[in-house]
Parts: sequence; structure tokens; C-alpha cells
Amino acid sequence: MKIILHVWRQKNAGDKGRMVRYEAPNVNEHMSFLEMLDVLNEDLLAKGEEPVAFDHDCREGICGMCGCMVNGVAHGPLPETTLCQLHMRSFKDGDELYLEPWRAKAFPVVKDLVVDRSAFDRIIAAGGFVSVSTGSAPDGNAVLVPKDNAERAMDAAACIGCGACVAMCPNASASLFLAAKITHLGLLPQGQPEREQRVTAMVAQADQEVFGSCTNIGECEAVCPKGIKLEVIARMNRDFLRANFAGRVGVEAD
Amino acid sequence: MQLESKSPTGPIEKRWEDYRFHLKLVNPANKRKYTILVVGSGLAGGSASATLAELGYNVKCFCFQDSPRRAHSIAAQGGINAAKNYHNDGDSVFRLFYDTVKGGDFRARESNVYRLAAISLNIIDQCVAQGVPFAREYSGYLDNRSFGGAQVSRTFYARGQTGQQLLLGAYQALERQIAAGQVQMFPRTEMLDLLVVDGRARGIVTRNLITGKMETHIGDAVVLGTGGYGNVFYLSTNAKGCNTTAIWRAYKRGALFANPCFTQIHPTCIPVSGEYQSKLTLMSESLRNDGRVWVPAKKGDKRLASQIPEAERDYFLERKYPSFGNLVPRDVASRNAKQVCDEGRGVGETGLAVFLDFRDAIQRLGKHLIKERYGNLFDMYQRITGEDPYERPMRIYPAMHYTMGGLWVDYNLMSNVPGLYVVGEANFSDHGANRLGASALMQGLADGYFVLPNTIGDYLASNKFDKVEASHAAVRDAESNVTQITRRLLEAKGTRSVDSFHRELGKILWEYCGMARNAAGLKEALAKIPPLREQFWRDVKILGGAEELNQSLERAGRVADFLELAELMCLDALERNESCGGHFREEYQTPEGEAARDDEHYSYAAAWEFRGVGQPPVLHKEPLSFEYVHPAQRSYK
Repeated sequence: MKIILHVWRQKNAGDKGRMVRYEAPNVNEHMSFLEMLDVLNEDLLAKGEEPVAFDHDCREGICGMCGCMVNGVAHGPLPETTLCQLHMRSFKDGDELYLEPWRAKAFPVVKDLVVDRSAFDRIIAAGGFVSVSTGSAPDGNAVLVPKDNAERAMDAAACIGCGACVAMCPNASASLFLAAKITHLGLLPQGQPEREQRVTAMVAQADQEVFGSCTNIGECEAVCPKGIKLEVIARMNRDFLRANFAGRVGVEAD
Repeated sequence: MQLESKSPTGPIEKRWEDYRFHLKLVNPANKRKYTILVVGSGLAGGSASATLAELGYNVKCFCFQDSPRRAHSIAAQGGINAAKNYHNDGDSVFRLFYDTVKGGDFRARESNVYRLAAISLNIIDQCVAQGVPFAREYSGYLDNRSFGGAQVSRTFYARGQTGQQLLLGAYQALERQIAAGQVQMFPRTEMLDLLVVDGRARGIVTRNLITGKMETHIGDAVVLGTGGYGNVFYLSTNAKGCNTTAIWRAYKRGALFANPCFTQIHPTCIPVSGEYQSKLTLMSESLRNDGRVWVPAKKGDKRLASQIPEAERDYFLERKYPSFGNLVPRDVASRNAKQVCDEGRGVGETGLAVFLDFRDAIQRLGKHLIKERYGNLFDMYQRITGEDPYERPMRIYPAMHYTMGGLWVDYNLMSNVPGLYVVGEANFSDHGANRLGASALMQGLADGYFVLPNTIGDYLASNKFDKVEASHAAVRDAESNVTQITRRLLEAKGTRSVDSFHRELGKILWEYCGMARNAAGLKEALAKIPPLREQFWRDVKILGGAEELNQSLERAGRVADFLELAELMCLDALERNESCGGHFREEYQTPEGEAARDDEHYSYAAAWEFRGVGQPPVLHKEPLSFEYVHPAQRSYK
């Protein structure tokens, strides 16, 4: 099949950038979306045009490195699917696709479809961990975790940090990302001692990174390739309120 | 050169404890005076960085991805082994040690493997404490499952995303140290040369992948946790960015490369669909717990799986290996799949696939339970192939997956270059000629959390470190080496893309140095690789410049190294006139077609010394002796 592509080309962070039209004439339905871009890049190179820069690594939907807007939707049209796992059988001959980088002030464009997501790392550094130094852990079975809690923690921990939630949110809010980590650790006994400190510090860091606020729109949940649910945000808000009203950061409030 | 393995002697269960006691310690107040450079942020590099920082060392950590959380450890699906014996099914540290030495076909060091098995216990504790959401039973206790090559349930898992969850645990520990100012993180930074000053590893030269800026970082020790080199085959289950550059350039600076031909082909991957294929996707081998592997009994049977009656199916693993059945180790499963396809009994359009069938498991356990166990894998399979594995059996075929070979290290995980440590898949140490399932995560974390942080102190405490000036001849030499490589690549201005060379190299290797090898084929490959390499440097086409984000240039540097490594792999495979583990030489097999080892002549680790591109490397041998697990023909029947 033949696909028409309009791709955001931007030489570097300082460049203004523009959409450029390309044709991909020999697309096979079994190709992944990124393989389609690989073929486009080989064609561009042969013509002496610089290939389109895009981030990718594992190509099996787990590293979180890839992603762009496809016709205004983060990671394209297939639910719970990263761009690398999207296959061309989701499109038909003659389709016109507009590819843009993640759109958010906190994710500045580096080049073409590549953005800088280091703000996410700084949010984790602010408190997205359990402070346990190597060697100080008790036996793995010393603390029991109800199966249901472990499962729900795992649901939240599945976040791959791709940034689709931010890119899709009209407010460019990072709430789903933050809340996924807060929920993951907050549901486990190991995460309790720092629970309130964690939510306070992470939310403060997100504000500093100029992510927007959450207004419960739900676009994030709709595009999340790992199916993280909005309820994690409710949980984060509850923890946040509790930490603030209690005013006893780091101490379990009733 | 005499290879000093520093492997301790005495009762095996006491070796590490005694050895550790005799290591010199660095006074807590002095630790902050040392800087350690860690390249790679996966399970090994990430856990090492975090732990070294917790101890008080200054750490600089480098990764080529945009965040340390992306390292390829994240893609490991199945699980992590630990000899906890929570199931009372006869497991023990000794049994895990025994299984690992035997699984590796007696080509690993006993002392190292025992230490690994013992540390497996601490790893689980550490990860649970970090909040890794391991699977639980209804009682709240940790759940286990059995895994390829093991007859006990010792594999801990977090759905099909165990690697992701363990990596995030290490990543979060790392971020905590970054926030504390103890680790300085350099994402999107690639190591391009190793700095050896007065015979010791003292730094690295890097390229900032965004600005193209070259930088030299000086430290007191260098740790490489840069993963394996499976992408030398072009098509592999590795992430696209995985490469050999860091360890290869260290090899060119004097570090020995051990057992490069020990590569692992994973039996359960989604088959190739076309020429544009950019990578292969692994389906966790945990699927073999419930899935049954079969092909039609007759050649060229093109009926749908559902139309082939039971009597006309050949469950070849269950037939040939009744006691292990579908759970035989990876090398055995892969070779048997290749064999039935070579006989013309392969399935699917290309005939290069076998069925992995869940029909019976779904009947026995119900779709619900299968979905709970493997749901995400089934979804992934469906996304890639467009077929529903609950209704039709999966089609799978072996693919390049893991490399047991790597830089040679002693018991301290230090290479022959003093101050250069190598951890995780990047070293050659623990898996011998074949790695068992769920052991890679264990090794990466054992090295990073528990071994290296102990051993590195002894080196630091035993040596004095003079300041290395930027004007030092070694620094200038390394910097000019990096500049020249970049310049040569950009100035070739040829006609062929980097990927076209990489694909061609991959085909040569898969054909001649893949699942089965023979002397004639390896010689053929050795004749084909140097001209391809020469053509690459003459005819590669890279657009754009050095001082910007240039993904073609990044790939070109990595492919240039693969083109040299491939030759060493073939040499090593040709030199090893025996079959062992993943290294299967067709000339050396038992009458039943199993790998025939030659312990009398090849019970050693082959460590190669670089002597110049195109020059024959020099082979050094580290003899292996077995006091506890006596070499025998592996039998899974």
C-alpha cells in the first residue's frame, strides 16, 4: 500500500521547524510503524536527504523510548499499543498521516520527532523510590503483601515512562505518570514510611518542570500504552491531601 | 600473558566469604575521594552505580539512551532465579550452582557460579524491599514458577515484565543517588574509547549524542556494564541500540575478549516476516511451561494446525526428551526446532517456524488462567502477527538472544587491564557456553549490587592514583582516535547505508556462525567479512555532521565495531573443535545429535588479545577445573 506522510522536521532545538510531505509507496501490512519509517529513511538517504530522527530502542513496547503523535493521537490509533508495536495493517492504502513530536513545554524538541523527557527522571529523583540501601533488606517473605495489592501495584508499575499521557493532555499534565509511581509504591508495605513525603516532593517537582495541572479530562488514560487507569490520579490526590492536611510529612496520618 | 583468575580455593561454600574478608577496605571517609566511571545503566551498571554511591564513592554514570530507565534489561520477560527453596521442592544454593554449571556445559568457573547462586538469595530480598511488585500467592507470600532447564520452582517473576520491574528498582535507587548528588548522570552519551594511563584504566572518551561534543572523563576505575553483542547478527531480540562498542574499544586497548563464539539462540521468538524486518521479538520461554511444541509429522503438511489430527503431530521435544519435555535448555530446544525445519516440516509461509500450542493448557486450566499467566505475551503476539494465539497455536522460531562471551574478568570482575571492571552480560563469567533461563537478571544484579561494590574497594585501597592531566599523551591519543573514526566515517561519502552493511554482516554470521557451525562455513565467513569491512569504510553513506544529533553516524560507529567483532567470533568458533552449549560444531556431535564436548582439549576459557585490525589475535587460555560438578554429557532425556 501507499501511505502519504507529513513529518515534523526540525533541525535542532533552536530551529523553527515545519511539516514536510513524503510518500511511502511500498508499505507492507506486516511492517511495524517504525519499520515503515526505517524504509522511508533508507529512501531519503538514497536521495541525499537527511533521514528523519526518531527515538526508539527495544521495539517491543517496553523501553518507553519511542512515540510520536500520529494524526493527533499519541502512539497512533491502536489502544494500549506503543508506536513500535503498531503495525501497518492498522492503516489502508492512500492514508495520509501527520507525524509530530510529543507536544509539551516540559518536553522540548531536540530534533525532528525526538524530544527531551529528562523532566520525568527528575520527578522520580524527587521521591519515586523506597530508600533502601543495598544489603539492608530482610528476607523477601518477611513482609507479606496481599495478592490483590501486589496485582494493583503491578498494574501501576507497568508505566514505561514514554510521555504519551503528557503529550495527549490539553494541559500537558504529568499526573498519570506521577500517580502511577505513587500508586505502585503506595500500595506496598515497603512504600509506606515515605508515602507522604514522596507525593509532596514529586508533585512539587512536576510543578517546577512546568507540567500543567490535572482537570480529569482522561485523554491520558485513553492513550496510555500500558492501560494505566485514571483511578491512580484519584489515589495520588488523596495521598497529596492527606500529606498536606496532616502536615506531618513522612509520618503516617490517620 | 598469564591469566590470573584469582579464583579462591577451599570449601566452595566458604570461598566468597573468606575471600571477602581478606579484601582491603576503603575507609568510609576516604570513599568520597574516589571517582568511579560506570558505563551502562542496566541491571548491572545501574545497580552498581546506585550501590557504589550508597557506599560513598563519587559515581559518574553514562548511557546512550535518553534515560537510564530504558536500558535493555527492561525487556527481560520471564523471571529471576533464586535458590530460596520456598516451595520445599528440593532446591538449594548447591542445586542452583549445579544446574548453572551443568547448563553452561562445563565452561564456567565453579567459584564464580557458586557465588552467584549464593547471592541470588540476597537479590530477591533487596528487590522486594525496593518495592518490586513480584507475583504473590493468595497468602501474601512470594510466588514461584519453574523455568526452562530447571526441575524446581525457583523463578520469581512480575507478570511477564520481570526485567522491567527489576530495572525500575535499580533505576529508582540510582535516581535517589542522583538526587543526593552522589551520582552524576550522563544520558545520551556514548563511550567511544577507554583511557589507559600507565597500564591502568583511568577514564573514557565520550560523545554527547545531542551536541556531538567529545569529552574526556577521568576517574580512578572504570566499570563497563554495557550489555551483550547479539546485534552483531543484525536481527536479534536485542534493542536496536545494543552494541559492542564500549567493550570492543576496551578490547582494542588491551582487555581480553573471552569466548566470543558463545552466543545464545533463544527458541521462542516470533518468526521473520520480510526483508524490512528490523528486529525479532522474543516470547518469554515461560510459555514453554504450558505450551507444547510441535510440527506436522509429515513433510510439507500445509494444513491449518486445527485440521491436523493428534496422530499426525510430532511433539518432538516431548518425544526426544521425556523427562524435561518442552522445558529443555534453550540451546537444545533451538537446535531441535532448526532440525525439524531443515527436514521440511517447518510451518507458516516461510517454513521457518514451529508451533507452540496452548490448546491443551487452555482445556486443562481454562482460558482465564492462561490469560492471567501470559496475557501480555499473547496480546503482543497478536499485535505483531495479527493472529489470535488463544485460537491458533503460536508460530515460533529461534533467534539470536544473548551472548555468554564478553570481556574476560577475574574473580573480582576486573579485566586484565587493572582498574577496568566488567559486569553483567558484558563480561564472560558465569554462564559458560549456555545460559539458563532467568539467570541473566540474577547475574546482572549479583555483579552490580553485591560483588563489584566489595571487590572494587580492594583495588582502590591497594593503589595510588596520580592526577591525570588533560594534556597527558594517553588522553590526546584517545581523543584523536575518536575524532579520526568520526571523520573517516563522515568522509567516506559512499553509496550504501549503514543498515545495508549491517544486514549483510548479519546474514553471513547467521548462516555460518549461528545455531550450527562447521569448519568450512566458518572459513567461508572469515573470507567474506574482511572485504565487507573494507567496503564499509570505503562506501558507507552518512549524511549530516558530527556536531549534531546524527543517528546514522551513531549506528555507523557501532557497525564498524561489529564488522571487526564478527571476525573474532568466527575465529573463536573455528578454534574450538568441540561442541558445547550454544556453540554447536556439526563435526562434533554424539550419535543422537547432541553436543559432544572435548574436555581433554577444550576445558578452558579462550581469551583473545587484540593485535591490530586484520591481524590475527593471540589466544590465551584459562584452564577450567571442576571439583564439585563433574563434567558429564548433559542429558535431558
